[in-house]
Amino acid sequence: MSNGSKNEYIVRTKGVVKEYTMGGQTLQALKGVDLDIRRGEYISLMGPSGSGKSTLFNMIGGLDRPSQGSVFIDEVDMAQLDAAELAYLRCRRIGYIFQTFNLIPVMTALENVTLPMIFAGTPSEEAAQRGIRLLEIVGLGHRFHHKPTELSGGQQQRVAIARSFANDPAIILADEPTGNLDGSTGTEIIELLRRMNKDRGVTVISATHDLKMVDVSDRIVYIRDGLVERIENREDITIHLGEMAGAGGLAH
Amino acid sequence: MTGPEQAPPASDRLIGQAGQRQVHLPLRKAFGIALKGIQVRFWRSMITAAGVLLGIAFLAATLGQSIIESHQPVLNEQGLSQAQLMVQKQEAQVRQVWLVSMSLIVSAVGITNSMLMSVTERFKEIGTMKCLGALDSFIVRLFLLEAGFLGVLASFFGFTLGFSGSIIAKMFEHGWNVWRYLPPGEVLRGFVWSMTAGTLLTVLATIFPAYKAAQLPPAAALRSEI
Repeated sequence: MSNGSKNEYIVRTKGVVKEYTMGGQTLQALKGVDLDIRRGEYISLMGPSGSGKSTLFNMIGGLDRPSQGSVFIDEVDMAQLDAAELAYLRCRRIGYIFQTFNLIPVMTALENVTLPMIFAGTPSEEAAQRGIRLLEIVGLGHRFHHKPTELSGGQQQRVAIARSFANDPAIILADEPTGNLDGSTGTEIIELLRRMNKDRGVTVISATHDLKMVDVSDRIVYIRDGLVERIENREDITIHLGEMAGAGGLAH
Repeated sequence: MTGPEQAPPASDRLIGQAGQRQVHLPLRKAFGIALKGIQVRFWRSMITAAGVLLGIAFLAATLGQSIIESHQPVLNEQGLSQAQLMVQKQEAQVRQVWLVSMSLIVSAVGITNSMLMSVTERFKEIGTMKCLGALDSFIVRLFLLEAGFLGVLASFFGFTLGFSGSIIAKMFEHGWNVWRYLPPGEVLRGFVWSMTAGTLLTVLATIFPAYKAAQLPPAAALRSEI
């Protein structure tokens, strides 16, 4: 199965434990997660609310530190990185997409997309050009001077996707990206993500409840009670999606 | 099933290598973003500024009144002796020091409250910015710049409002003569005092909440619900 290449896995977690202390009680959100994710894979993390999938998402994205265990991104232990190195990683190597879009409300679509480029030190003009190109790719080329409040939910999520690709990352982390969208808009967003995954070869890791999202995944990781319950390849499972008829023939 | 069919360009590079560090943004960029933050959140910013403005207006009014009172002719309707007048003047001075201190405390509390609110309601924005690669220092600098702008603006208008208010109030007593009791040097000193106090208090009140917010792991900042 494995070709033994050192770079086959882009993300590896080893015995990741995350504890929260609440009202004097220690709560284990993650109880030792081992997970290897290959380069270019499209992964869905499934699990009920409170299963720890968002916590795992935060660990993989370097948004929080594990209490025990390690997360390796390209064989580099994230615990070894200092604040500035982590910021560098978050800026250039990982793109984040959130359920609530999290656009900066005071900035236009284009400014939102170029912000990570500015953080990466890209000259303004080059950033603007690349930003417009990205907004064209997500189908918002004509709306780049609009503020988030002037855009629909689906459009905001498209801006967020364009922003996540700003510095040409190797990993896209999406936390319930369709959670706040209606069915057909959600499908569009999923297709867009899948296309970006195929065209650009980025690894997509997505926490989701959405079966349509699961449908386009290469592998599905089931999280339960802070542990990986099982991992399935897409081709080994059958998903019945009534509303998928018009979704580009992705469903069975 | 092994990995993907072909190794695509974005994944060729090794990522997260130690030694690659995020750089500090030039101040100009932070300046631009801070200014835009105030511009877009204009009314919200004006309410924050109003807190500072009122505090400084109170300070300026107290200062204005005390300048005029120290220069106006002494009324001696009760025929008091020189010694008694001296005592009266000293008592007035003590009262004024009290008033100025109180007004400063009132301003400080008001400003801290406004700035705490303004930082807290933007936790999610801070978390997002950190996800996009902002350094802690950038977040702090952004808030301090915003606070600085607001502080200068609000102190200026606060001084204008408070000082002219005290002059108008005294005009009921002295008419146009009031201008003779306002030596420019002391007015200027009052102005510098008010500007310094307003700006300094605004910036100081912002440092602590901004620093705390910037230090949170992004996950915690994103999680928080206000």
